[in-house]
This record gives sequence, structure tokens and C-alpha cells, in this order.
Amino acid sequence: MANGNGSGLSMIEGWGGIGVPGRELRSENLERVTERAVLSRGLGRSYGDSSLPPASVGEVVNTTLADRLLAFDEETGLMRAEAGLSLFALNRIFLPRGWFVPVTPGTQFVTLGGMVASDVHGKEHHARGCFGEHVTRLKMRVADGRVLWCSDEQHGDLFRATIGGMGLTGHILEVEVRMMRIPTAWILQESRRVDDIDDFIARLKDASHRLPATMGWIDLLTRGKNMGRGTLMAGDFASPDIAPKRFPKPLPRVTMPFELPSWTVDRWSVRAFNTAYYWKHLPREMHGIVHWETFFYPLDMIRHWNRMYGTRGFTQYQCVLPDAAGPSAPRRLLEILTSRGGASMLCVIKNCGPEGKGILSFPMPGTSIALDIPVRDDTQQLVDALNEFVLREGGRIYLTKDQFTRPEHFRAMEPRLPKFQEIRAKWDPEQRIRSAQSVRLFGDKP
Amino acid sequence: MDQGARGPKRVVVLGATSGMGRALARRMAARGDRLHVLGIGDDELARSVADLEIRAGVRSGSIGWSRCDLEKPETFAGALEEAETKLGGLDVVVVTAAMFAAQADLESDAKLTQRLLTIDFTNTVLFCEEAKRRLLARGGGTLCVFSSVAGERGRKPVALYGAAKAGLTRYLEALDHKHHAEGLRVVTVKPGFVKTGMTAGLKPPPFAGEPEDVAARVVRAVDRGTPEVYAPVAWGPIMGVIRRLPRFVMRRVGF
Ligand SMILES: Cc1cc2nc3c(=O)[nH]c(=O)nc-3n(C[C@H](O)[C@H](O)[C@H](O)COP(=O)(O)OP(=O)(O)OC[C@H]3O[C@@H](n4cnc5c(N)ncnc54)[C@H](O)[C@@H]3O)c2cc1C
Repeated sequence: MANGNGSGLSMIEGWGGIGVPGRELRSENLERVTERAVLSRGLGRSYGDSSLPPASVGEVVNTTLADRLLAFDEETGLMRAEAGLSLFALNRIFLPRGWFVPVTPGTQFVTLGGMVASDVHGKEHHARGCFGEHVTRLKMRVADGRVLWCSDEQHGDLFRATIGGMGLTGHILEVEVRMMRIPTAWILQESRRVDDIDDFIARLKDASHRLPATMGWIDLLTRGKNMGRGTLMAGDFASPDIAPKRFPKPLPRVTMPFELPSWTVDRWSVRAFNTAYYWKHLPREMHGIVHWETFFYPLDMIRHWNRMYGTRGFTQYQCVLPDAAGPSAPRRLLEILTSRGGASMLCVIKNCGPEGKGILSFPMPGTSIALDIPVRDDTQQLVDALNEFVLREGGRIYLTKDQFTRPEHFRAMEPRLPKFQEIRAKWDPEQRIRSAQSVRLFGDKP
Repeated sequence: MDQGARGPKRVVVLGATSGMGRALARRMAARGDRLHVLGIGDDELARSVADLEIRAGVRSGSIGWSRCDLEKPETFAGALEEAETKLGGLDVVVVTAAMFAAQADLESDAKLTQRLLTIDFTNTVLFCEEAKRRLLARGGGTLCVFSSVAGERGRKPVALYGAAKAGLTRYLEALDHKHHAEGLRVVTVKPGFVKTGMTAGLKPPPFAGEPEDVAARVVRAVDRGTPEVYAPVAWGPIMGVIRRLPRFVMRRVGF
């Protein structure tokens, strides 16, 4: 141990487990460590290459040691913190005091900086928009070395490009966001078995008129009439009169100790998993009070669950299909996957509301579908086929999940890209700030 | 169990702005101990104090801070005096601040070596002497100082840093013997590899620990007055073996 400065290159990877050689710079002092860096990353929960440095650089700032809370106003809920603070810590500190982030992704192991850069959305998108809608200010280090604040009023173009900008406009040092008051930390949940994908679309819409948080989980191995059967979950924080008096105890976690060999992710295990999940839900409809972690973060209960996908890793394909594509569009997308024999352990379907302020932000009014796809020899062709469909239907993909999209597909589905690039060019004419993903998709210098 | 185990404590921490000191201060603040933070960099201190106050849910201004620089022994007395006044007394003094540099860099730079030896040994001892005087004047208390497993044996990769920490460990041991009867409890913490900003450039070995786990162990040790703590826990047995390795084996393994 202790032998000079990190001699030899190690590997860095996104959540999908596909690594590149490189190293992470870490420091409690984010301002100092970002001085010359080309990219920042947080907890690495983006699936693909958006948090990985370009090959010629091989170095990225890891923000997670910069995790201080700097200000909190009990009256307004306005909170300011360093970008490396995790949602996990935030929940542990604020839930018992009756505060929660207005928007949460499906895992707590993300940082504030990562939530802004991806402009994350959650089960509540139709009700509360993306995370960026609630962010009031950002402290940033931009490409020319300056440290400055941006907001709707101040450097508004930089602000809107940074929200959902995948770290490509500079390093986020501090985030100021308005937290949301909650009545209790318990969730009143209703869930029901749904027979097929068309039924899903209808029921998602219906539930979203009544409840702020909705999502569905789909079993992708059932074909034909029952294709897209699964479970729909919807809910909201429970009021004090129906919730238990005590604060919910932390749930136990287990750890996936090592990577499974890739053959275990074949059709049989996927089928078993999905069938079990479907029939766990015996009555067609259930109502009840559940733990907030069970509701928002079911996957967090198994640490390193991504190791389940084996040594070759996996990718997540997430797209949004606009309402204009019609109610049968999701079915047609799933048919492309199943007709190619693609197995997906996990398929999540969500409702999206209006577009947010982030220039490259992902959601648009319509239906979002996310598929976990274990990497195989034909993964590129599968993603191509899915992208061609999404492009035809006027949809788009979520950059924070992407690893296989081709630049021509991306450009065709992103009419907002020229605007984004124009703002980037203004703030970073030499194109210093970049990632493996921006090299692949935007044609940045390697 | 020691007399100080009950009720919130009045704690001074030198080094609470980063690493294990940050984690330890958070844990103590969260359970209701009253803190005063010492260190360098006004901005860093103010930010860390804000963090501690928000996490502990106490009002802004209730945690104090003073400048105290391990490179400037003349700052020690004043800083501790301010802390004692602000807290209205003193139960625990914690030192987590220290300097680390790679062996190769130290060997090629005598000034750097001198700085490291001064900070990690001479000045830390001077600070402890000042803290000890104050605690003894009040009839005792706990002095908790972070040394390192690097001081347990002379080891090639950390020859100089290890030497400073070895000296510090022996000093603390003597302090414990000398003043135990007067009510002074000396807790020597010997962290193994812990993932902090200080070790950020190094490749973590197996059993590398997280600052939060170290903090949990140290708080317990402070409450009980445990004289010696290895953290994370796996380093206890590991060092048990290493302390007993014959010299010829130490020479052979690159450890
Ligand atoms: C189980 C699981 C469930 C998920 N569910 C959802 C969901 O429901 N909705 C959703 O929207 N997303 C979801 N995600 C994706 C996840 O929320 C995002 O990828 C998030 O950005 C990850 O945060 P991170 O801190 O790990 O960032 P990283 O993965 O480390 O980085 C993500 C991006 O942010 C940039 N970035 C990070 N920190 C900074 C900074 N300080 N300054 C500038 N740029 C920065 C990186 O460059 C990169 O482009 C899920 C992921 C997982 C693993």
C-alpha cells in the first residue's frame, strides 16, 4: 500500500458494469479538484458512459467526498449543499423532520450533482416535473476556470443547459433546491395486477389523475394476448391520521457478493423472477401503508444488484413515446424486443408530464419505458432497432441510461441538440468539458 | 464504564473539516454532544460548522469554531481557551488533523520531511500537552488522538510517516499511564486504510474502511475510555499478526 500516486490504471464503470481504464480524483475540496478536470461524476448510477471520461483523458472527478449541507431554511424548505451529497444521506437527515426531495429517482444512491446533470424524474413526473424544476441556483466551475452562480435570472442559458446537460457544461459545485413538506414518512399505496400493456397505459393515466406517484412493472416474457402484464403501483405520503405513529425503521439490506456468470441471466432465471413477482400479487388489487423505501427504492434493498447481470454487464434502454404516437406504441416497442428473443429482467413503465426547463432534459408528455438488457453479441442491433422505432414515433432516449445509441440516431431524435451545442460553445469554446458519451454521441474530440 | 458516559459532552475537535474528523464530528453532533471546531481556513470551518448544525438540527450559531493551525503552536492555547469559554467547560478533546505524504516524495524533499515530522509528532504533542493541562485542571476528561497502524512496525512504504506516528503512539501511551489516576482518559485511535481525501490517490487494499465506521467505533471508545482502538475493526487482528512478525519476515515481505 501507500506507494506514490495511484500507480497503474484501474477501471471505472457506470452502473451497467462496462468499464474503461481510468482513475477518479477525489477530494473534500471540490473547488480545488475540479480546477483542471474535464468531467465530474457522483455515485456512478448512470448506466452507460455518461459519467466516464474520454479515452485520451482517463481521469474524472468523483464528487462524493464533498457532501456538506450548507444551508436549510425551516420556513421555506430551501436547502443548499455540496454536489456530492447523496440522496441517501439527505433522506436519513430530512425524512424524520418531515421533509423530502420533491422528485426522486428509483435509487437513493445518487448525488445532488448527478440528479441535476441527469435532471432526474420519478414516479411523480406528471405531478411535479423533473428535479431541475425545483432547483433554484447552482454554483459551478465552468470551462474557463471561473466559479459562478447560475439560476433562471443569472446566466439563464447556462442554468438551463446544465439541468439535464450530463455534466457537459461544467462542474456543479453546489446545488440549491426547494424541499417538500410531507405529512408523515409512510406511503399509502394502491397496487393492482394488470393483464396487458394496453390496460397498463389506460390505468397509468387514470391513476395519475388521482395520485402524484405512479409506475408499473412489466413482465416481458409473456407473449401474445397477455404481453405486458404486470403490476401497477401508485401512492402518496400518508396523512398522520392513518399512518403509524412511529417513524419507519430502516429496512435490512442484503449484498450481491460477486458477479454471476453470464449464463445465469438466461431466459429461465428471468422467467422465474418475473413470474414470482407477478404472482406475489395474489389479489388483483391491494391497498395499504408501506415503507417509503419499499415504495420509492425497491432495488436499493439489494446492494450491487447489478452484479446479477454477470461479467459482460448490461445496458438499460429507456425511451419516452409521445402521446401523439398513440396508445399502441408501447406494445409495438415491446414486440420489437420480444421478437428478437430479447430478455429483460426488469421493465418499468411510467407516465411523463410536460417537458421541463432543462434544454436536453429527457421527459416529454407520453409514456416512458425502461428495459434492462443483459449485454450479448446482438445488443447493438437490438438497440438500433429500438431507436429506429422511437425515432419514427417522435420519441427520444434518456442519455443517463445510454451506452449503445448511434450518433446519427441521436441527432435525428434531438432537435434541441443545436441549441444545447450553441450554449456549450459559448461557455466552452475549446470543448474542454466532455465525456466518453459526448465523444460517442456529439462528436467531441476524443 | 467511565464516569463521562452519560449525557451530552462538550467536545473540541481539531480536524473536523475533513475525513475521519468530519465523520466523527457529525456522529457526535447528531447524538447531541456540544461541539467546538478547530482548524484552518475560515471558509472551510464555517462550511463544516453549517453542515454539523443542519445535520444535528440545532440553530445556526450554536456550534463555534476557532482558528488553530498544527503548523503554528502559538495558536493552540488561544483556540482551546476560546473553545472552553464558548462551551462553558470541556469534557473531550479530539485530534484527527495530521499530514500525509508519500514516502518517495518525502525522501526527495527534506523540507517536506521536516514539515511532516513537525506536524505529526512535535506539534501534535504540544497540542496534547496544552489540552491535557486544561483537562487535568478540571479534574479530568478524555483526550482522543488519531495515530495510525503505520506506527506499529517500521515499514518500508511508510518509513517516515510511520516513524512520526510511532512516536506519537508511545507518547500517548505514556500519557495514559501517567495521568490515569487523575481522571485523564487517553484514547489512541489507530486507523488502518480508510477512504478519505487524504488517501484518495492511493489504491485501497482489502479491508479498507469507511470514515463512518471508524466514527462509530471511536465514539464508543470515547464513551468507555478505551485506551486503544483499531479501526476499521479488521485491523485489530491484522496488526496483531504484524506486530509479532519476526524482523526477517518483515524484511522479506514488501509490506
Ligand atoms: C436502480 C436505479 C434506478 C434509477 N431510477 C431512475 C429514475 O427513476 N429516474 C431517473 O431519472 N433516473 C433514474 N436512475 C438514473 C440515476 O438517477 C441517474 O443516472 C443519476 O444521475 C445518477 O446520479 P449519480 O450521482 O450516480 O451520477 P453519475 O452516474 O456519477 O453521473 C451522472 C451524470 O451526471 C454528471 N454529474 C454528476 N455529478 C456532477 C457534478 N457535480 N457536476 C457536473 N456533472 C455531474 C456526470 O458527468 C454524468 O453525466 C436510476 C438509476 C438506478 C441505478
